Amino acid sequence: MGSSHRPGPRRRGHAGSSSHPSGDRVLVLPGEEIASQGLKPGPGTYRVGGKLYASVLGLVSPQPPFVQVIPLSGRYIPKPNDVVIGTVTDAQGTFWLLDIGAPRWAPLHMTGTPWQVEIGETEKFLRVKESVVVRVENLDATGRIGVTMLGDGLGKLEGGSIFRISPARIPRVVGRGGSMIQTITQRTGAQVAVGQNGRIWVDGDPEAIHRVREALRMISEDGLRSGLTERVDSYLRSTSRSDDEGVQVPPSETAHRDASESHFASTPPSEGGDEPGDQNN
Amino acid sequence: MGSVGAKDVPVLLSPEGLRIDGRRVDELRPIKIKAGALKHADGSAYVEWGENKVMAAVYGPREVHPRHLQQNTKAVIQCKYNMAAFSVDERKRPGLDRRSQEISKVIAEAFESVVFAEEFPRTSIDVYIEVLQANAGTRCAGLVAASVALADAGIPMADLLPAVAVGKAGGAIILDLKKEEDNFGEADLPMALVPQSGRLVLLQMEGHMTREELAKALDMGVAGCRGIYEVMKQALRDRYAVTPGPEGSA
Repeated sequence: MGSSHRPGPRRRGHAGSSSHPSGDRVLVLPGEEIASQGLKPGPGTYRVGGKLYASVLGLVSPQPPFVQVIPLSGRYIPKPNDVVIGTVTDAQGTFWLLDIGAPRWAPLHMTGTPWQVEIGETEKFLRVKESVVVRVENLDATGRIGVTMLGDGLGKLEGGSIFRISPARIPRVVGRGGSMIQTITQRTGAQVAVGQNGRIWVDGDPEAIHRVREALRMISEDGLRSGLTERVDSYLRSTSRSDDEGVQVPPSETAHRDASESHFASTPPSEGGDEPGDQNN
Repeated sequence: MGSVGAKDVPVLLSPEGLRIDGRRVDELRPIKIKAGALKHADGSAYVEWGENKVMAAVYGPREVHPRHLQQNTKAVIQCKYNMAAFSVDERKRPGLDRRSQEISKVIAEAFESVVFAEEFPRTSIDVYIEVLQANAGTRCAGLVAASVALADAGIPMADLLPAVAVGKAGGAIILDLKKEEDNFGEADLPMALVPQSGRLVLLQMEGHMTREELAKALDMGVAGCRGIYEVMKQALRDRYAVTPGPEGSA
């Protein structure tokens, strides 16, 4: 949800007194009327008697012929092709259930993995509480979320830590053209993988992990102010040890995925070691 | 608990028309709301309203537990209202009782009429309300806190739900009863309003009123709800304000 790049609407007649019209974005709350200007109700809105109202807390964004409200909070709402980080909550005979922070658990079928999984042996490959990087493949009307582990940069996460922030903040973590995530990985030397669902995997030496965590805290606590990348950068520079000092941050352009995607183990864990079924299921 | 003999009954309305705490008949107690008070909840709010202190947390939409409550076409809204043992003068026996079950039920039903539950089939939206300090009107305070918490959790709904109790004490219709007015007054009428449509989605009554008094009480309550609505909106704006410019601290 690239709210930061969207062109904003024109100001409403009676914008809330405290919602500073930063440039052009208007904050609305559930039940507040939106000037429709002939647009149809899109996500986050509803219509009663010819008038449009917001149904979620968020920023008004006209996308002709619709007007929508981009949420500023809430759980992760899956979109096809999102790369997300999930934690196994259950292992069944032919699939695992993943908590990806969405309204429902997402089933990962054994055929959606690069492994040769025998029926009933799912736990040899992935066990409860282990984490994976997967891609949202399909969604159906009942809210079922299909995910796959087949693809570049997808796989099981070994080691590291996972931090959670609001999914609405992910565009700020990535930054314009990946500038923020590049700054973070290059200044700290940590390996970072960002899931669109607000889960962020970090690995590296403990100090690097700590500095990434602080940077993420800055991003998630910061209001919708500009200059965030610069402030995170100056924080990371001020806390770096002298040997990191020389690292030059290039002016982005290269995809941030290069920096973050090559670190996953796409191979199954060594056979024979872990016996399945030690307690759960 | 009707008035029993004149002995301990305080003067609920002075000859000047002022109430036991100096308020006018249509005046609310001071109310303060903080949106987003808890870290782990999907949404939360803390409300101080007169001498009431209430925390609300919202989780979800998430997997339904217990599973048999799951509905195939919409989310279920589960609410748990609880009073802390230390929330009243005499220790309250902790845990579920008849009163808290009833309040949980009416609050959940009030939210069912505004939340767009069809957007999240087979899930549960769990609302927890904890009363830390009570001084009459805690179901309304809890509902207000939960409503702000739902908005903070990004749950789609038709509107916020302001709520207030109206009642009768000292012969007058009064807004937002405090404890003495509730205990020794003649009637108590909590209500919750959908400001966008003007509908009431919670209305209970204890005690006696004439039809004329009821009509007057409803008008007074709706006006009170609209006042509280503004405080609720301001709390959410304060939390999500779009602040321009690169000022501030790191």
